[in-house]
Amino acid sequence: MKAKVRRRYLALKIDSREKIGQKEFMDVVWEAVLRLYGEYGASKTNLALIEYDAEQGAAVIRAAHTELDHVRAAIATITEIAAKPAAVHILTVSGTLKKLRKKLEYNFKP
Amino acid sequence: MKRRFADLHLQPNLNDAEQTRAMLAKASELGYRLVAVPLPTVSMETFAKKLAALCQENKLDFASRLDLKPKTSRELLQQLRRFRRRVEIIAVVCESKEVARQAAKDHRVDLLNFPATDPRRRFFDKAEAELASSSVAALEIDVKPIITLKGPARIRLLAVLRREAAIAEDYRVPVVVSSGATNPLQLRKPMEMAALATLFDLDKPTALDAVSKAPLTIVKKNREKLSPSFVAPGIRIIREGSDCP
Repeated sequence: MKAKVRRRYLALKIDSREKIGQKEFMDVVWEAVLRLYGEYGASKTNLALIEYDAEQGAAVIRAAHTELDHVRAAIATITEIAAKPAAVHILTVSGTLKKLRKKLEYNFKP
Repeated sequence: MKRRFADLHLQPNLNDAEQTRAMLAKASELGYRLVAVPLPTVSMETFAKKLAALCQENKLDFASRLDLKPKTSRELLQQLRRFRRRVEIIAVVCESKEVARQAAKDHRVDLLNFPATDPRRRFFDKAEAELASSSVAALEIDVKPIITLKGPARIRLLAVLRREAAIAEDYRVPVVVSSGATNPLQLRKPMEMAALATLFDLDKPTALDAVSKAPLTIVKKNREKLSPSFVAPGIRIIREGSDCP
């Protein structure tokens, strides 16, 4: 029987003085994963962008739960986006979008 | 119990108050509870007081640290005699084999730091690990070069770090993972630091200990030693004077 695909949703915060576009952001995430793990490793991550807010510098991405640590490490190696100094921090991780939003609301209330 | 995280190697420009403040605020925001900043040897106490006050503003515990960069083992011994009782953490930046060996066998040294990314200029081998395991020195690995280097340079560095981490594990030398950050954008969350540590094959619990238990143990032990009631390991003054039977 085929095993159920388990996913992890990651809420990310982009730390940069400049406004970063959605495409630029995803390009840099893919590039970081490719640099560290190559095309084979990247293919196992099942990365996908779920939500993006350029104004807030926030994003939600999805990854395979088995590759969470790899994605975490790859994201930590991002030092610039579109040739501008930047860093991306993982705010929280959850198995469902609903729970992710709940956690974000609880932990990162303005 | 919830883990407390520590970053023992923040490297702000201490003459730039704004940058120092920003880095400490960022460290607090990212979830660190204890930070250490290398102090200059001149006006060490003044800088330590300023940093302690800034850390308190940001709800951080501050540990004073000194990075020694001696050229010879004799110079290292002189510096250790001079500074050991004045700071909580002593790290030795090992730029020669002679210094690395002396630092590893000296129980006054807390951290062994190898700044070179060239494999031939890193001296953490089995002999070094054996000496370090009999004293109390830990191997400090900065993540800054891992995130800033690209391509073949990073590949070579990761290969060397993998070998060093395996040797450290074999000889039970504690590994401390620090940021080595010189600006706020080089700081990473503790979980991300642990994830980066898995790149050189530290398992998850060891990687988490490298950013929490290992650095906190060093600071706790040294604070005990520097307290006025300390006599020798395991012996301290509980009462003295007239209330002593």
